Amino acid sequence: MPLAIEMKNITKKFPGVTANDKVNFNVEKGEIHSLLGENGAGKTTLMNVLFGLYKPEDGEIFLEGEKVNIESPKQALKKGLGMVHQHFMLINRMTVLENIILGMSNELSLNKKEHRRSINELAEKYDFAINIDEKIENLSVGMKQRVEILKTLYRGAEIIIFDEPTAVLTPGEVEELYNILNMLREQGKTVIFITHKLNETMEIADRITVLRNGKKVSTEKKENTNTNKLAQLMVGREVDFEVDIKEKEPGNEILKIRNLELLADRPETIDLSLHQGEIVGIAGVEGNGQLELEEMIMGLRKVIDGHISLDNKEITDKSTKERKKMRIAYIPSDRHNRAVFKNFTIKENILLGYHYKSPFCKNHIIQEEKLKEHSEKIISDYNVKTPNSEQLLKNLSGGNQQKVVLGREVSQKPEFVLAAQPTRGLDIGAIEYIHNLLLDLREDNKGILLISADLNEVIKLSDRIAVLYEGKIMGFKDKKDFTRNEIGMLMAGEMVENEA
Amino acid sequence: MKLKDIIGGISRSESVKDVYISLFSILLALIIGAFLIFLIGSSPLQAFTVMLDGAFGSVSNIANTLTKTIPLIFTGLAVAVAFRCGLFNIGAEGQLYLGAFFSVLTALKFSFLPAFLLLPVAILGGIISGMIWGGIPGFLKAQFGTHEVVVTVMMNYIGINITSYLVNYPFKAEGWVAQTDIIPTAAILPKLIPKTQLSAGLIVAVIAALAVYFLLWKTDIGYEIRAVGENQTTAESGGINIKKNISLAMAISGGLAALAGVTQSLGVYERFIDGFSPGYGFTGIAVAVLGRNHPLGVILTALLFGALETGALKMDRVTEVSNDLVIVIQGLVILFVAAPEIIRSILKRRESQ
Repeated sequence: MPLAIEMKNITKKFPGVTANDKVNFNVEKGEIHSLLGENGAGKTTLMNVLFGLYKPEDGEIFLEGEKVNIESPKQALKKGLGMVHQHFMLINRMTVLENIILGMSNELSLNKKEHRRSINELAEKYDFAINIDEKIENLSVGMKQRVEILKTLYRGAEIIIFDEPTAVLTPGEVEELYNILNMLREQGKTVIFITHKLNETMEIADRITVLRNGKKVSTEKKENTNTNKLAQLMVGREVDFEVDIKEKEPGNEILKIRNLELLADRPETIDLSLHQGEIVGIAGVEGNGQLELEEMIMGLRKVIDGHISLDNKEITDKSTKERKKMRIAYIPSDRHNRAVFKNFTIKENILLGYHYKSPFCKNHIIQEEKLKEHSEKIISDYNVKTPNSEQLLKNLSGGNQQKVVLGREVSQKPEFVLAAQPTRGLDIGAIEYIHNLLLDLREDNKGILLISADLNEVIKLSDRIAVLYEGKIMGFKDKKDFTRNEIGMLMAGEMVENEA
Repeated sequence: MKLKDIIGGISRSESVKDVYISLFSILLALIIGAFLIFLIGSSPLQAFTVMLDGAFGSVSNIANTLTKTIPLIFTGLAVAVAFRCGLFNIGAEGQLYLGAFFSVLTALKFSFLPAFLLLPVAILGGIISGMIWGGIPGFLKAQFGTHEVVVTVMMNYIGINITSYLVNYPFKAEGWVAQTDIIPTAAILPKLIPKTQLSAGLIVAVIAALAVYFLLWKTDIGYEIRAVGENQTTAESGGINIKKNISLAMAISGGLAALAGVTQSLGVYERFIDGFSPGYGFTGIAVAVLGRNHPLGVILTALLFGALETGALKMDRVTEVSNDLVIVIQGLVILFVAAPEIIRSILKRRESQ
């Protein structure tokens, strides 16, 4: 039987990173194939190459044994490829029917009757209980996903790619999705399932291809593997658990979180503590409550239930301003929307959060000289590459922008540092710099909470690690008591049996 | 000081290119205006010479130009301040009516005050009423997320018609004109040039522009306003209270808009007249856009618009060109500024040649 898809030696580079490095990827006809890997492993890039969204530097693609050159998603559709994106591409104000036929007709008139009949037939065939005259905005997330699936099927897709389809679903909806996937397979369709969740993979896939750092690690049959093995393949072993971080006796407790409910739709709560001179890393796949935790600590999101205290003082109901006064340094995960003003000068960016305080402000008047002096000092101390502090922030590279943010936050001698995804999107040099800075802060007896989707980073820097999964801490202990596999499993929501 | 430095000064925190776009838009609009004059069979050169003469040719012409400039400075500043906070104040027209009426009312009702106090108190009365009228849509936006554009547009009607009612009924002076009694002499803004309409309102306008510049770029209050306008979520994580600043910026904006009405009433008409504004509040939007929401840009643009309008009157009288042409030119300027891509592509082509 010819392979449905054969991708040979695919290489795709972005400035500074090789997202896909000579990847070979085969999918048999009529199978459910799981593409497994951590964030940034290159899964989505590979599928975007297949779908014609990216042009690879090197490599060939064969569909049903025939070499193809796909240059746009439109061509991909014609060749029987369909994609169900993580973020739905639907128009809320329109009905299911309208969304499905949107952009399909080239004629002036729209034969709605005909479309309605065939879409209803298709929906029945796959057992989708769906009213195609309902508006999208009235549908649940799971239903919207069905509309997306129906859309690809109606366009004649033989191969359907699902990009992290369960990320947005409730457990019940996940079960239903599995049923649909099985049904698709029975009908002879080929399914590619992009995921980083081990349990899902083992549940649904026939074969599994694991990517790591842009390279294909292995393709396994489900029968011949297990979650443990897959975890090992997925996370690899490049970073050693024992990094030469100096042993340090932690000081007083600086941050304490009790019974904090992160996700509104889940009753789980977390407890967390952080001491002076300690880095606590929050590991986990993004979207499991990290953003909520970050924003609740900073007072940017209302606490549903639970308590946060800083330096033994309850701050749960305090404003962001009041919290910042308690000497918190905050490195937001969303740099563009939380940390910087792109059209302000570097100086003005450095002023944020201290703009009302001495020495930068006296009697409401901003002290230009003081600010300039301070800004120039940050620029030289933190190696920001810019001619002077009058430059607009948007003219700096991402790494230099982040250094400005770090400089602003850290130069004010904080006691507690909240660093969320501090190195995301940065080049290796900037990453090293920021890692060393965080370690220096630890040496300086500050308490640091590191929230990162980059497992290597968490493992490298942390004294203790907490693994977050669906708003719950799956495990929280000293780094040396964890194995890498164990963290990987916990990140995927697998409970680990105590080996001891 | 070189032209480049001056331009750089205006643009301080924006890109210099933006300022060029404004200047180029004006030039392009004038060229097209000239072409239109040519099309109707008149001499563009003559028309523009007459216009220039009408705007700046004599002391009284200059005085007229400056008189027209004053309200536009205020409404331009009003729109600019709101815009710096990310808000679109379309309500300057209503705010200036409120300001005009209540400054006059204050002057009439507090005429017992000592002479040196009456004028400042009357001005203050106008400012406060404008701040309230502008602050309401700000507060509604901050608290309930209502869109300030819709609310300010609606409040224009309310403001204009409330003052119209007040001046037609309870506060109408003797006679058939819908106007109030004349205000006490002590409440009249002194004339800068005798026998002209140019009042000390000009000084108030320049002070207001300086104050806006100082507020926005030299104080923590202005920093917060601009921060909210630039990026609300970043401002929020810096501990800045978004709601407070939205209300505050709209109130300041309303106060500035009110001054346009105050200076017209206390400086030119010496009373409140029903429907006195030819749309200063709306022209203020154009002034702010062309002036890049910067006080100096606003002053220069207001002066340009004032000169165009004054010059047009003479052009209308002396040549065959109607003064409506000026409205066309103003419209074109705004079109080019609002569609900077057109200008950019032209500038780019010139660069590449």
